[in-house]
Amino acid sequence: MSFINYASREINCKVVYYGPGLCGKTTNLQHIYAKTNPDLKGKMISLATETERTLFFDFLPLALGQIRGFKTRFHLYTVPGQVFYDASRKLILKGVDGVVFVADSQIERMEANLESLDNLRVNLGDQGYDLGKVPYVIQYNKRDLPNAAPLDEMQRLLNPGGAPEFEACATVGKGVFETLKAVAKGVLTDLRKMAR
Amino acid sequence: MPFVDTQLVLFDEDYRKVLAVCERLARDAHAKGVFVVDKNGQLMAEAGDVRGLDTTSLASLTAGSIAATGGLAKIIGEEEFPIHFHQGQRDNLHMTVVAKRIILVVIFDERSSLGLVRLRVKKAGSELARLFEEIQKKSERARNSATSPFAEITDDDIDKLFAD
Ligand SMILES: Nc1nc2c(ncn2[C@@H]2O[C@H](COP(=O)(O)OP(=O)(O)OP(=O)(O)O)[C@@H](O)[C@H]2O)c(=O)[nH]1
Ligand SMILES: [Mg+2]
Repeated sequence: MSFINYASREINCKVVYYGPGLCGKTTNLQHIYAKTNPDLKGKMISLATETERTLFFDFLPLALGQIRGFKTRFHLYTVPGQVFYDASRKLILKGVDGVVFVADSQIERMEANLESLDNLRVNLGDQGYDLGKVPYVIQYNKRDLPNAAPLDEMQRLLNPGGAPEFEACATVGKGVFETLKAVAKGVLTDLRKMAR
Repeated sequence: MPFVDTQLVLFDEDYRKVLAVCERLARDAHAKGVFVVDKNGQLMAEAGDVRGLDTTSLASLTAGSIAATGGLAKIIGEEEFPIHFHQGQRDNLHMTVVAKRIILVVIFDERSSLGLVRLRVKKAGSELARLFEEIQKKSERARNSATSPFAEITDDDIDKLFAD
């Protein structure tokens, strides 16, 4: 849940990158980290296995600028995508303000995408959130690969609700900031709704 | 809505009260540093002499660690492990969950002792619990009023954030 601090005139929001194992969640954060001005970012923390798979989470604190005299800060987290880390995913979703679902475009990962999206829905539901109501965007990653599924098929399977969606190639940064901006915008718009 | 899931709003006067508790605790416990972190990993107040420490990372990892051990607690049928102590070569870390939603972190070295820290944390913890009950109520009220700075933001304000 976002946290408004009048003493330091700051607002903090939490965004979680979700998706199946190896879809490119950590790569998204790494790109954001690499391309962000040092004044605007904190240290990136990765709790990972020896083989660079996310074990618990990645964390990247980011300052986006001011709104009405309040510094807006986003705390970006990734979950571990591997199926058996479900307990950790549930913990990281706590207090989330916005979600990015990173889908792996490779045809053979479509089943894994669907399973992960289902898992997201269930885990959000356990906490009383509804995927249709949380600020949410979807990213079709790895568009560069020859075995990428056609876009319209991915849309049909993974985004029937018509959430904001972006094609990406996280390794070169394509679509990464567009995705981040869209989710941040969703979160801030939601704050306005809540305040009204 | 469950207790921990409401947006927290911290006003200046409450912040100063929380800070005062932290400062007193740092003094009374001869601690190097005292931090109040919310369970979602946001740093709310800090006191003591902890210059150069990466407090944002500290807050996020504290929350992660408490979340992980909280998950363990549930597996064995406990609600939560309220007290955590990590002993280092030089510095030690003491963490307590207060009022189910915040974490009180104390860093101390040989100038203090676990016994002293425990004793002082107990008192500070109950003061913080009272303060946060109040803060929680105010947060709920703030949420339902138009005083939020975000009630008036425009699409333009949001777009400007991403101007570069
Ligand atoms: N070709 C291609 N490879 C990518 C792309 N994005 C990520 N990768 C590669 O996919 C692999 C996995 O990426 P990660 O970012 O570690 O995946 P993850 O989603 O964090 O995986 P978990 O931590 O296990 O959940 C790495 O080797 C990346 O370099 C992309 O857009 N195109
Ligand atoms: Mg990862």
